[in-house]
Amino acid sequence: MKSFTVLEGITAPMDRANVDTDLIIPKQFLKSIKRSGFGPYLFDEVRYLDRGEPGQDCTDRPLNPDFPLNQPRYQGARVLLARENFGCGSSREHAPWALEDYGIHCIIAPSFAEIFYNNCFKNGILPIELDAAVVSRLFSELYASEGNSEGFILKVDLDKQTVITPAGEEIHFEVEEFRKHCLLNGLDDIALTLKSADAIHTFEKSWRQKSPWLFDVIS
Amino acid sequence: MSGQTLYDKLWHNHLVEERDDGTALLYIDRQLIHEVTSPQAFEGLRLHNRKPWRVDANFAVPDHNVPTETHERSGGVAGIADPISRLQVQTLDDNCRDFEILEFQVNDVRQGIVHVVGPEQGVTLPGMTIVCGDSHTSTHGALGALAHGIGTSEVEHVMATQCLVQQKMKNMLVRVDGQLQTGVTAKDVVLAIIGEIGTAGGTHHAIEFGGEVVRALSMEGRMTICNMAIEAGARVGLIGVDDTTLEYVKGRPYAPTGQIWEQAVAAWKELHTDADAHFDRVVELRGEDIEPQVTWGTSPEMVLPVNGIIPDPASMDNVGKQAATERALHYMGLKAGMKITDIKLDTVFIGSCTNSRIEDLRAAATVVKGKKVSATVKRALVVPGSGKIKQQAEEEGLDKIFTEAGMEWREPGCSMCLAMNSDKLGEGEHCASTSNRNFEGRQGFGGRTHLVSPAMAAAAAVAGHFVDIRNW
Ligand code: SF4
Repeated sequence: MKSFTVLEGITAPMDRANVDTDLIIPKQFLKSIKRSGFGPYLFDEVRYLDRGEPGQDCTDRPLNPDFPLNQPRYQGARVLLARENFGCGSSREHAPWALEDYGIHCIIAPSFAEIFYNNCFKNGILPIELDAAVVSRLFSELYASEGNSEGFILKVDLDKQTVITPAGEEIHFEVEEFRKHCLLNGLDDIALTLKSADAIHTFEKSWRQKSPWLFDVIS
Repeated sequence: MSGQTLYDKLWHNHLVEERDDGTALLYIDRQLIHEVTSPQAFEGLRLHNRKPWRVDANFAVPDHNVPTETHERSGGVAGIADPISRLQVQTLDDNCRDFEILEFQVNDVRQGIVHVVGPEQGVTLPGMTIVCGDSHTSTHGALGALAHGIGTSEVEHVMATQCLVQQKMKNMLVRVDGQLQTGVTAKDVVLAIIGEIGTAGGTHHAIEFGGEVVRALSMEGRMTICNMAIEAGARVGLIGVDDTTLEYVKGRPYAPTGQIWEQAVAAWKELHTDADAHFDRVVELRGEDIEPQVTWGTSPEMVLPVNGIIPDPASMDNVGKQAATERALHYMGLKAGMKITDIKLDTVFIGSCTNSRIEDLRAAATVVKGKKVSATVKRALVVPGSGKIKQQAEEEGLDKIFTEAGMEWREPGCSMCLAMNSDKLGEGEHCASTSNRNFEGRQGFGGRTHLVSPAMAAAAAVAGHFVDIRNW
């Protein structure tokens, strides 16, 4: 698993609630049997004016000029500022794969859908939940900085659990200990769980005795 | 001490280890696998030289991008026209062969949508923990199983360890008492619930559905409700085990028999919420108040009774809601103040893991019997949820009713629910769909989805616009 420690990067706005994973990466790209290469198709339906197909070269496709990630000031964005219930809908891990491949490593929103939130941590992406009022304020600051040529840069420190704004304000965020630990160290979840192999075997043995119909039936 | 909810019981039954940091290791009884979210997990296993912890806990079926037209389907995997889809289905076959996992392949009569096939075959049983790389895994909760969707990394994790690292969810009860009006179905109930609590209303909760209306539903109807728990933000939907559940499970191919059946039934009878259990949140609806529902926007919470009027963003005080409504109306090509019944339809889709079971097909067939699809409707598809359902429907002559009405009768699969195969909406087309998501582009680029029950979809096919099924 990829690690996340400190990130300082341009922040782009995704100013709508309930951004679903179909919007993050449309279904035609889910036919891939690979984990990589989804970045060019991130937000495909709102990012381009035509309809994308898997494997297509995106360099000549017509861009939607209204979409923030196409605007010069958001080029190279590493952080996405978003609204309520980000990542709802389908469980596709292709959504964080596409974000990560594009270069987005942190998403800040008032709330996330659970499966998406969980999938982010598996892919070195830090989803940060902040108060809706704080997120609204960040949106205002971001829009107010429009004239500024470097863009709106946020610094995110996972260990300290802080987001630092260009004005120097430090905003604290919560993250569960276990997730933080795994993400900071880029730990392999499976190896970690396999440390409990004895406990799993013990459980399995007694569970098999109690519920024999759950074992050896399907094969 | 207060009693336990059904969710609490399922959780405790499967607890391998609790950790100080608040997480727990939960044992997983069954993993359902399909072609879209598994290739990268199998690849991960290979990369690390890992084997499945318990091969017999896994079961696979291709569904998302299998073709549903008979001529394309008849060629099996090799006959899939789209090379990328073909490779994905072939990869599932190869992986299942290499790892010795049971798979119902594309032209096996038992093949179908994973969430339809699991319960139908007894691969899903009460009291199990079930995961699948698909958010609609919540469907299986209708049998009193703890079932939820996971990402591909977790698919690999469960294959390798038979466990999932989890945090306990909160308990929510949605109780629907009273009685449904004639023509109002489980689909309308769940859409009304989502309209009430919103698409994030169930986040971090396991939703148990209860009350007289839910108890009176068939298993098919219960599955429709749990299926869409995820559309209310809850990964888990649950319904307690009762006689309806036991009757449904009995005799299924992979269900226990004989003495083990008796033993299982004794255990399953405990699978309901204790009378004195505590819920963190309770939502109550009256069955009588629920009308046939139609979604008008691009999120399942944008839903109204069929006699409703498209809302006016200008009348909303919440700026975010106003913007979302404006965007949805623009995408859907609808105007504020318009009647739902004036929405003209180009396509009708009856299918998906929400509504493709035999009862759904019967309901739709009853409505179209002896009638014709409106001349203004370009296409009406009926896609059964599994080969078994298709067979059963044909025995009952439902296929004839559909084709005589001018509808297409297809092979089982996800089809136009997510349009990964060639069944998709054209740009700007309005579709009455029995599926579960009306997101932008879900059923095809620029497609406009309206979620409804099977009977409502069938009636809309005949009328060419939405009609109140209660007056049919
Ligand atoms: S029918 Fe639709 S919702 Fe159900 S599993 Fe298939 S694509 Fe997903």
